[in-house]
Amino acid sequence: MRPSDIERGERLLYRLTEFGRLLWEAGIYVGPRQMLDLVETLKYIDLTVKEDFYNTLKCCLLTRHEQEAIFDQMFHYFWFVRDNPNKKAKEKKGAVKREERRLRLPPSERKRLAEHMNTSDVRNEIRNDPRQTERRRYQDDQDADQEDDQGDPQGTAYSTIEKLRKKDFEDYSWDEVQEAKRLMAEMRWHLGMRPTRRKAPARRGGYLDMRRMVRRNLKYGAEMIELTRREIKMKPRPLVIICDISGSMSLYSRLLLHFIHTISNGLLNVEAFVFGTRLTHVTRQLKKRDVDDAVRDVSKAVQDWSGGTRIGDALHYFNQHWARRVLGRGAVVLIISDGWDRGDASVLRVEMDRLQHSCHRLIWLNPLLGSPDYRPLTIGMKAALPFVDDFLPAHNLNSLIHLGNILSSIDDSRPVRSPVARRKAVEAWTRRNNSSGM
Amino acid sequence: MEQELVSHFTTIEDVQKAMFSHSYIADRSLATAVFLALKRRKPLLLEGEPGVGKTEIAKVLAAILDTKLIRLQCYEGIDVSTAVYEWNYTRQMLHIRLMEASGTKHEEEIKEIFGPDFLIRRPLLQAIDPANARPPVLLIDELDRSDEEFEAYLLELLSDFQITIPEIGTISTEEPPFVIITSNRTREIHDALRRRCLYYWIDFPTLEKEFAIVRARMPEASERLARQVCTFVRELRSMDLYKAPGVAETLDWISSLLALHQLELVEGSVRDTLGALLKYQDDVLKVGNSDIGKILQKIRGL
Repeated sequence: MRPSDIERGERLLYRLTEFGRLLWEAGIYVGPRQMLDLVETLKYIDLTVKEDFYNTLKCCLLTRHEQEAIFDQMFHYFWFVRDNPNKKAKEKKGAVKREERRLRLPPSERKRLAEHMNTSDVRNEIRNDPRQTERRRYQDDQDADQEDDQGDPQGTAYSTIEKLRKKDFEDYSWDEVQEAKRLMAEMRWHLGMRPTRRKAPARRGGYLDMRRMVRRNLKYGAEMIELTRREIKMKPRPLVIICDISGSMSLYSRLLLHFIHTISNGLLNVEAFVFGTRLTHVTRQLKKRDVDDAVRDVSKAVQDWSGGTRIGDALHYFNQHWARRVLGRGAVVLIISDGWDRGDASVLRVEMDRLQHSCHRLIWLNPLLGSPDYRPLTIGMKAALPFVDDFLPAHNLNSLIHLGNILSSIDDSRPVRSPVARRKAVEAWTRRNNSSGM
Repeated sequence: MEQELVSHFTTIEDVQKAMFSHSYIADRSLATAVFLALKRRKPLLLEGEPGVGKTEIAKVLAAILDTKLIRLQCYEGIDVSTAVYEWNYTRQMLHIRLMEASGTKHEEEIKEIFGPDFLIRRPLLQAIDPANARPPVLLIDELDRSDEEFEAYLLELLSDFQITIPEIGTISTEEPPFVIITSNRTREIHDALRRRCLYYWIDFPTLEKEFAIVRARMPEASERLARQVCTFVRELRSMDLYKAPGVAETLDWISSLLALHQLELVEGSVRDTLGALLKYQDDVLKVGNSDIGKILQKIRGL
């Protein structure tokens, strides 16, 4: 091996780790273990064949199909655009410097990447109104300080909480929003259980545990005297949340995102989607522990924040691309929307029908349902209502607590979905004679 | 011997050719993935729409390596006793009776009933049996159907290729099997398992590739019919269907057409045989309502 060969080899290693970091920045989380593995694997292929090199990297570093578009772009940029040969001479001088510089894509590439990842920096800035956020954060800090001074960590008396629970989210002041967020974070969630097909050892149960039985009864000879049993294991149902974030929901959507965040972190198996005119999968963003980080990430991922609504199209997309992936195992679906729909009502009807058929329970939360004189008469809401199992308000904390109770009471029994029952339910919801004083 | 067979494949082309000789048309990228899985002895995780040939790869691989294929079909509730091993309880109980009747009840004999003779070997245990003449191909089919618990167990097995049976001890093999895992994504496979595998997404084939597949699998179909069928299926895939037809459906359809002695696509027989391609009533209606004659005309114009 000539010295130049060694150099080349090390250079490749360096470049590979750099590439790994770039992928990491783009949201493809490549671990050191995978990098080591890749290096092992590269021994087996001819590095001079671009296609093979590309395929091998892809095979070793990717873990899901969705990453392919981003990877392709990064691969092309990193290995073929960034260091074109006529730049090489300059590079030698700047080699040390380059190590310190953070790996950053040039703006043009970033824009293209952003399109791939459904993010748009520009839109985000407009949408979030950074000044306001800044102000809020400042206020937040001050509040915290004040609380420290007063030495009252809870800060709120019971009766205030009680009032807050009944107050519509719409009428919240900034402080109240903070308090509501805190209360939400304290809520505990349980989802109805479903029987799995697995069995676990138990004191009593319908199945004999042969393995333990033979062992335990060896001492008696061939008689089976002590019986050991197994019972069907129960597991919570998966929950799928599909939340409307269009313009008409803007008063509620941020707080509802907080709510979704607490649910996703409190329950084992939650998939979350948001939609306006298009559907975005936000489960990964909401996995972040810190709720503010999570909500920020969600708004980055969403392109149609506070835009129009096309519920039918969003549900169509969901049914086509996600239903099979997330609705297995008796899932409960939670749609949060006010039902203001600019799309085609017939599409919405068909898609709601399909959605109801593929889930265990379909719950529709409507924030407007909180006001006593609201009637679900918009075209969208009317089209969707016959296919809803539960139609509930979501305008204040009490309604969310009520939702919690319903979720935990979901059992094995299928909700009645006969035409007659449907018609009756819709009539009741439209007349609102069951309006509770929440 | 098995070493020879694997080392026989020194390049990606070798793998591609060998797969081709067993009527499997693989892209270079897929051949690369298979080649690396062979060389690195790493599990290969295949995802893709149903009917694009995920399971078939394992079969072809077993054929080109001239080894046996051990298939584990996953389902909800699959557990150790159906996937790994189970004791033969009936035999155990009979044996205890016999021992009692003959009056012998030594420690040794009691140990015996938890010996290899009373063990029922399920696919995973078979796959790492040291007695295997050459490493088998282990196909773990539709892993997404199993529960998280089973996936966690698999994680352990795939990293060490050893199984511990408390009564016997640890069973492991020098020659780990070639593992192919498939998933239809009805549930997300956990990241930890994904990272231990080579990943490959099998897409719907291009027109040319599908044509080659049809020619290889259905040599009795005329070139004309094969081309028309492939183009038609591609048209369908571009429509917004609930379940787009896969390659398996294409092959199914062409054999239905052959059974009806069709030499080329005619609207009537297309309508009659749509059920071989489309598996949802909504899709059948959608395609049925669209102008099939126009699509056919377009195809014939090609």
